[in-house]
Amino acid sequence: MINKNSKTILDVRELHANIHGTEILKGINLTVRSGEIHAIMGLNGSGKSTLAKVLAGHSDYEVTGGSVKLDDQDILELVPEERARAGVFLAFQYPIEIPGVANSQFLRLAYNTVQSQRGKEELDPLEFDDFVREKMKLLEMNPDFLDRSVNEGFSGGEKKRNEILQMALLEPKLSILDETDSGLDIDALKIVANGVNQITNENNATILVTHYQRLLDYIVPDYVHVMEAGRIIKTGGKELALQLETHGYDWVSSGNQTNAGVTT
Amino acid sequence: MNTVASHDYLTSLLQSLPKKPTDSVSWLKQLRAEAIDQIGKQKFPSLRDEEWRFTDISPLTKLPYRPSLTVSDLQLTDIDHLFLEEPSNRLVFVNGHYAPQLSNIIDANLIIGNLPVLMADHSSSIQMHLGQYAQYQDNFFTTQNTAFLQDGAFISIARNTSVPSPIHLLNIATQPEVTNYMRCLLVADTGSDVTLIEDYVSLQESAYITNAVTEISLAPNAQARHYRVQRENKNAFHLANCTVALAHASRYQSVNVALGAQISRLNLDVRLNDEAAECCIDGLTLITDNQLSDTHTCIDHLKPNGNSQQQHKCIIDGSAHAVFNGKIMVRPQAQQTNSSQSSRNLLLSSQAHIDTKPQLEIFADDVKCAHGATVGQLDSEELFYLQSRGLSMNEARNLLTYAFGAEIINRISVSSLRQRLEQAVLNQTQQIQDR
Repeated sequence: MINKNSKTILDVRELHANIHGTEILKGINLTVRSGEIHAIMGLNGSGKSTLAKVLAGHSDYEVTGGSVKLDDQDILELVPEERARAGVFLAFQYPIEIPGVANSQFLRLAYNTVQSQRGKEELDPLEFDDFVREKMKLLEMNPDFLDRSVNEGFSGGEKKRNEILQMALLEPKLSILDETDSGLDIDALKIVANGVNQITNENNATILVTHYQRLLDYIVPDYVHVMEAGRIIKTGGKELALQLETHGYDWVSSGNQTNAGVTT
Repeated sequence: MNTVASHDYLTSLLQSLPKKPTDSVSWLKQLRAEAIDQIGKQKFPSLRDEEWRFTDISPLTKLPYRPSLTVSDLQLTDIDHLFLEEPSNRLVFVNGHYAPQLSNIIDANLIIGNLPVLMADHSSSIQMHLGQYAQYQDNFFTTQNTAFLQDGAFISIARNTSVPSPIHLLNIATQPEVTNYMRCLLVADTGSDVTLIEDYVSLQESAYITNAVTEISLAPNAQARHYRVQRENKNAFHLANCTVALAHASRYQSVNVALGAQISRLNLDVRLNDEAAECCIDGLTLITDNQLSDTHTCIDHLKPNGNSQQQHKCIIDGSAHAVFNGKIMVRPQAQQTNSSQSSRNLLLSSQAHIDTKPQLEIFADDVKCAHGATVGQLDSEELFYLQSRGLSMNEARNLLTYAFGAEIINRISVSSLRQRLEQAVLNQTQQIQDR
């Protein structure tokens, strides 16, 4: 929900980033306030997934200019785990599999690591079990998931649900969902969207990185940004996604509109 | 130079040969006499031998360690931390000598104990099997073991008997500068079912040599799970030969874990002697510093409809060197064989070294054989995933390294052993990363 008086959670100014010497992000401006849901749309190669990874601190990308602030704290100098503890969460497009480690172990390790860093109490295995089972209900997950190895042999939908479960456990200030809808059938999409909708509230914010409008039927964004060639070339409300669906990306393409960001 | 050293080694070895005991049964005396003759004809293995070309065991030639003769004064309280938590049939050998006061057999109707004692009542069945699988003609260390054969474990499972508790064969080394000869013979009759754990541990930190030979025979429809844990001290030498003979529709599962020793070598030979036999052989080598660990396996399909699966993993740090040679033979008669092998290796430092060699020799035309080998480092995407969940770089590396090993350890069905090994892997990975 949009409330102009809400505090700013994420403030990105003139962000530039390279990978292996090639510039991918060419001056991103983006302000996200608490309670808001932003969608970042664009064709493959527009830089939207790169933006997600750069915000989470992926070491393959080199930031060459600009600033990123989370709650007024500059996070560009922080390593990924410090950003996670500060409240950034990235739901991966392709979550990795960790054969040999039970999902319950992994989830508890992540949860307790973040909890202790935030000065909160850690949970022992029994307490955690109760806690995680409650959260799993949000995502209609079978408790069997806890005993299986992390993501190993999970279907696409199961992996994405496991990502959102982690989001529910870690209670981030800022969640970035990278192509969370890809590979999901409509039933799985509804379950995942429902989970996300229950986690979002007036104290956190969410960025949905997506190629298609489909997800936005179920998680309704307050703002839609269109990326092309490393820049946000158009920003609008939720109706912008529908217009894109109808007219295609060509409709906004080629720098004819360069209104970047949503600062007022 | 090498020749001279080997010569000294052999001379010393021959001098230390035990006097032939007069109370030995004559066939056993003969088996040993033949092995003693054979020693004089065999050459100490060197890098020039194809089977040893990655594994330099020349340091061994400088160590003419004699067999340990002392009787152990170990008490149960000295070693109870090594016991399984589950009820188990425990056979304890100290420096190669049976320690009845430390052993404990709980399942009735089991023929189990040490060779000299059981020889009295079971001489003919022991004779039928002992030395029949571990052929020593072309194996220096098996020959040596056979020549020094005095004590050892004999386990015989009766027809259609399922042994409820695992058998824990605990081999403890307490003496420096000796050679411990371990021998184990497991004979599982038709339709029987058994779990055997071979466990090698040290209670001191100086160098010594373990020379272990294990023979396993599974009759038709018999099943065995065999877990072998080598956690000798970092100065020890461990030379092991294990031979498994599988009859019709028998099933053999093994997990071999190598953590210890300065130099270790395991030869594991599994022969699928009859139709529809199955084996699943997994291994984990976790070494660091200057350790050298070599695993040579041979899975030999002799008859149709056999099934074999193998996964071997190595985690190598420091300047350690691991060797894996996995031979799969599919003989002309062995049609409809289904076989898969994978060798996966994780190098944690720039000096770590692996030689991995799948070796498929297929002489039948209607078979399915898959194999693959990978060598790599921890994946940066995987590390980033874990970091993005709040884990530090070190924690992320530890978790991935641990997971890599745990995948093999999870195949062990005895939970206290599994947990102990998981802990051992965790401790070692933490040591590795905390430097």
